[in-house]
Amino acid sequence: MSTNNTLTAKDFSSDQDVRWCPGCGDYSILKQMQTVLPELGVARENLVFISGIGCSSRFPYYMNSYGMHSIHGRAPSIASGLKAANPNLSVWVVTGDGDGLSIGGNQLIHLLRRNFDINVLLFNNEIYGLTKGQYSPTSQLGIHTKSSPLGSIDHPFNPLALALGAEATFVARSMDRDPIHMRDILKKAHEHKGTSFVEIYQNCNVFNDGAFEKFTDKKQKASTTLNLQAGEPLLFDNGEMGVRLNGFQPELVKLEEGYSINELWIHDPTDTTKAHLLSRMFGDDVPRPFGVLYEGKRFTYEKAMQDQVDASIKAKGLGDLDELIKGKNSWVVE
Amino acid sequence: MAATTELQKVTIHFAGDSGDGIQLAGSQFTNTTALQGNNLSTFPDFPAEIRAPTGTVAGVSGFQIHFGSVEINTPGAEPDVLVAMNAAAFVKNIKNLRIGGTLIIDESGFDKRNLRLAKLDENKNPLDDLDPNDYQVHRIEITKLNREAVDGLTLSNKEKDQSRNLFVLGLVYWLYHREMETTLTFLQQKFRSNETILEANTRALKAGFHFGETIEAAKRYTVSKADLAPGTYRNIVGNEALGLGLIAAGKQSGLDLFFAGYPITPASDILHFLSRHKNFGVKTFQAEDEIAAITAAIGASFGGSLAITATSGPGMALKGEALGLAVMLETPMVIVNVQRGGPSTGLPTKTEQADLFQALYGRNGEAPIPVIAAMSPSDCFDAAIEACKIAVERMTPVILLSDGFLANGAAPWKFPKSASLPTITVHKATGDNYQPYARNENLTRQWAIPGEAGKEHRVGGLEKEDITGNVSYSASNHEKMVKIRAAKVENISDMYAPLELIQGDTTGKVLVVGWGSTYGASKVAVRWAREEGLSVSQLHLRHLFPFDKELGDYLSNFENIVVPELNNGQLVKILKQEFEGNIHGLNKIQGLPFKAKEIFEEIRKHA
Repeated sequence: MSTNNTLTAKDFSSDQDVRWCPGCGDYSILKQMQTVLPELGVARENLVFISGIGCSSRFPYYMNSYGMHSIHGRAPSIASGLKAANPNLSVWVVTGDGDGLSIGGNQLIHLLRRNFDINVLLFNNEIYGLTKGQYSPTSQLGIHTKSSPLGSIDHPFNPLALALGAEATFVARSMDRDPIHMRDILKKAHEHKGTSFVEIYQNCNVFNDGAFEKFTDKKQKASTTLNLQAGEPLLFDNGEMGVRLNGFQPELVKLEEGYSINELWIHDPTDTTKAHLLSRMFGDDVPRPFGVLYEGKRFTYEKAMQDQVDASIKAKGLGDLDELIKGKNSWVVE
Repeated sequence: MAATTELQKVTIHFAGDSGDGIQLAGSQFTNTTALQGNNLSTFPDFPAEIRAPTGTVAGVSGFQIHFGSVEINTPGAEPDVLVAMNAAAFVKNIKNLRIGGTLIIDESGFDKRNLRLAKLDENKNPLDDLDPNDYQVHRIEITKLNREAVDGLTLSNKEKDQSRNLFVLGLVYWLYHREMETTLTFLQQKFRSNETILEANTRALKAGFHFGETIEAAKRYTVSKADLAPGTYRNIVGNEALGLGLIAAGKQSGLDLFFAGYPITPASDILHFLSRHKNFGVKTFQAEDEIAAITAAIGASFGGSLAITATSGPGMALKGEALGLAVMLETPMVIVNVQRGGPSTGLPTKTEQADLFQALYGRNGEAPIPVIAAMSPSDCFDAAIEACKIAVERMTPVILLSDGFLANGAAPWKFPKSASLPTITVHKATGDNYQPYARNENLTRQWAIPGEAGKEHRVGGLEKEDITGNVSYSASNHEKMVKIRAAKVENISDMYAPLELIQGDTTGKVLVVGWGSTYGASKVAVRWAREEGLSVSQLHLRHLFPFDKELGDYLSNFENIVVPELNNGQLVKILKQEFEGNIHGLNKIQGLPFKAKEIFEEIRKHA
C-alpha cells in the first residue's frame, strides 16, 4: 500500500505531454485536481479517471493513476460497472457538455439517479472543441458557429437543473478561473457519498472565447456571481446586494435600501426545493450561483448491490455449483 | 378399461390462445416426461404480443414436444397429437397433424365468435367436415367440464377458465401414462400464496386425468424409458443452461461474475436467471439501454470481474461501437447474442441465425472478435464456459451465439460434476515495470486491475503504442497493432479440442456442415440418409471465428458440402470464400427451425 500522505501534486502527473491548446481552461482544472489529490487521502492505485470523447476526455492520460479514455458519452456506464466491481475505488468521470449532455445524456441521468459513489466533472465550454467549433447542447441560443451560420435555434440545457431533475444527490458549479473555489468543490465532491455532479465553466479560447467572461472578469464578477456557502446569507456585489425569497420567488435587494441581512435567503444545501430555485437562477438578470447548490443523502447503488449479494448468501448459503447444476428435478439412468 | 399401446416416440402439439397457459402446460408435460426417463426435444412457438388479439390465428401460442424411448434430436415435424383449445389454434395447426393422428378439441372454442375470429364461416364448424378416417377426434366440452370441476370455489368464470390448461394437461397425462406428481408439486409451489387458485388448478388437473376414463374408445399409450447413457440427468432449456455456464465459469476462473443487460426477447431469461442466484456472488445490473449494458460490462472487466452482457440482434447493433472499444482494450468479456428474426425489430419471438455476419463483421475498423455458437439447449452450458475461457485466457471480448430455438427449447441433459469442468487461468500482471501491451508467446497481454499498486496505467479507444499502450498516431505502429490483434485472435484456434465428425466417414459424397441450432435436425437427416445407404457425414461447427484448423481438410474429402442455415446464406458464403469445393447452401428463413426432412431431401440431391 502506498501512503498517500507523502505524495505531492507532481506524483499524480503522468509522463504524457499535455496536448490541450495553449490557454485552454482544461489546464487549470487538471492542475487543481492534481493539487487537491494529496489532501484526499486516496492511494494512487485506488484512483481511477474514466472519460468519454472530447477535449476534456483526454484528462485521464495526464493523471498518473488508473484511467480509461473510452467512447463518446459512455463514461458514466463504464464507471458504474467499475464501481460495482470494486466499490473501494475512488472513481472520477471527466466529461464535457457534448459528451455528457448530448450523446451521453442517457448515461449521465441514469448514473445520477442510481447514485453510485462516483464524482462527475462536467467541463462546460458551451461548444464542440475537438470537432472544431459546432454549437453544443449548452451553447447560447442564436450562437453563430460552423454548423449554425445563421444562429443556433437549439434551446440550451440548464445542466444543474437537469442534474437535480435526474435526482442527483450532489450538485455544484465552479469555474476554471477560480482555483481556490474549484479545489474546495473538488474536495467536497470527493467527500460526498453518492454521485457528485460538478459543472465547471471552462473557457475554450479557440472556438468560444469569453463565453463565461462576465463570471470570471474581475470587474464584473462581483455583481454577476453568487458564492454559495452553507448557512450563510445569499450576498453578492461585495455584500451590497442580497437575495431574499418572496414565497418561491427570489428577489434581488439592495441592503442599503432598508433590507436587513436577516431577511435574506440563508443557503441550505440540504433543501431540494431551494436547490431547484437556485438552479433556475440562470438568466442574465440574476447573479449566477457558484458552489454546492444541493447535497442530499441517499444510499449508494454499489452498497445496495453488495448488500443484496450478502443478504442472499446469508439467506440461502453460499451457492453450491453442483446443486445448482443438478436443479430440483433430476433422475438417474442406471 | 382403455387399451394401452406402446410407442417408440410421439410428438404432441399444444395450441391455444396466448392467454390460455399453453406454455405452462407444455413445460409441465416436458418436465414430467423428462422425469419419466424419456428422451425429448421441445419447441415453444408464441406470438410477440403479450396478449395478442384473442381468438385470432395471430394470437395462437403453441408448444410442441417430441419424446420417446429412442434418440430424439428435434421437436418433431408432424405431430401425432394436436390439442387445439380454439378454432384459430385448429386452423393454424391442422395441416401439420399426421394422418391417423389424434385431435383433442375444446368444443367451446368453436362457437360462432371463435369461428369468426379465426376467419372461418361462423355457421360452419370445420370439425363437422373432418373425415373420421383421417384422425381420431375427441371433441370435448373442456370449458364446461372444467367449470364443473372447480364448482363451489369463489372464482369468477374467467378465473375458473384459467385452469382449463391443467384440465387438458391432465387428460394428455392420462392418455400417455404420465404421473401427476411433478405438476402437483409445481402447483403447490407456484400458488402457495393463493389457496383457491391452487385448489382450482389441482382439481382441474385431476379432473382432466379422470375424464380420460370416460372417453369412449380412447386408446392409451405408453412410451418406455429411453436407452440413455448411464448418469444423472435433468431437463434444461438453453437460456438457463447458458446462465449456469456463466456461473460455472465465474467459479472456474475465481473471478466475480458481473452481468449487465437490457431486457430484450429472447435473451432476458439469462438476466432473470442470474438475478435469482446472487448467493453465487453474482452481480446483475439492469442497464438503461444496450450501450450502457455493454459499457458497464467493460467497466466491470476493467475492474477485474468476469463481465458478461447478453442481448439479441437489435441490441447487438447498438453495442457495436463498444465492442470495438473492448477489442482495443483487449479486455476479457463475453457478449451473448440470442438471435431472433431480423432485420430491425423483425420477428422477436421467432428463431433465426442471421446475425453471423453481424458477429463477424459488425464493427468499424479491423476489429476481430472470436465467435462461437451453441448447438443444443444443454450445449449452451459448455459453450458459455468455453466463451469465458477464451475471453479470460486470451484477454479478448468473445461473442457467443445462441438463438430463440435453443433459448426456449428443452432437452434432457446428462449434467457434469463441477470437478470435471475446464479450468480457466487468469493472466494477472506480475513483476515490476508493468507494460499494459507487452505480450506472451500467444500474444496475450497481462491484466492489471485498479487497486494494484505500481501498475497504474491508462487504456482507451485511441490506437495504442505497442508494448507501452501509450496513445500513438504512428502509421507503422497502427499497421503493426492491427496485425498483432488479428494474429492474437487467429492463435485462439490452438485452444480448441480436435474437430471431430458428428457421424459418418471422413471421406464421402456429402458432408453436412452446420452451426448452432441446426445440429439436431442435421443429425436426424444424416442418420436417415446413412440408413438408406447414402455416403453422408456430419460436421458441426462450434467455432465460427477463427475456424478450427482441420476444417479445410474435412471439406476437401467430400464431393459435396451442404450447409443448412436459418438465414439467407451466411456461413456458406464464408466457406465458399475460404475453401475450394462444391459448397451448397440450404436456407430457411421462416422464423422456424429446420425439419429433418428438409435437410434429408437436400442431402439426397447431392448424394
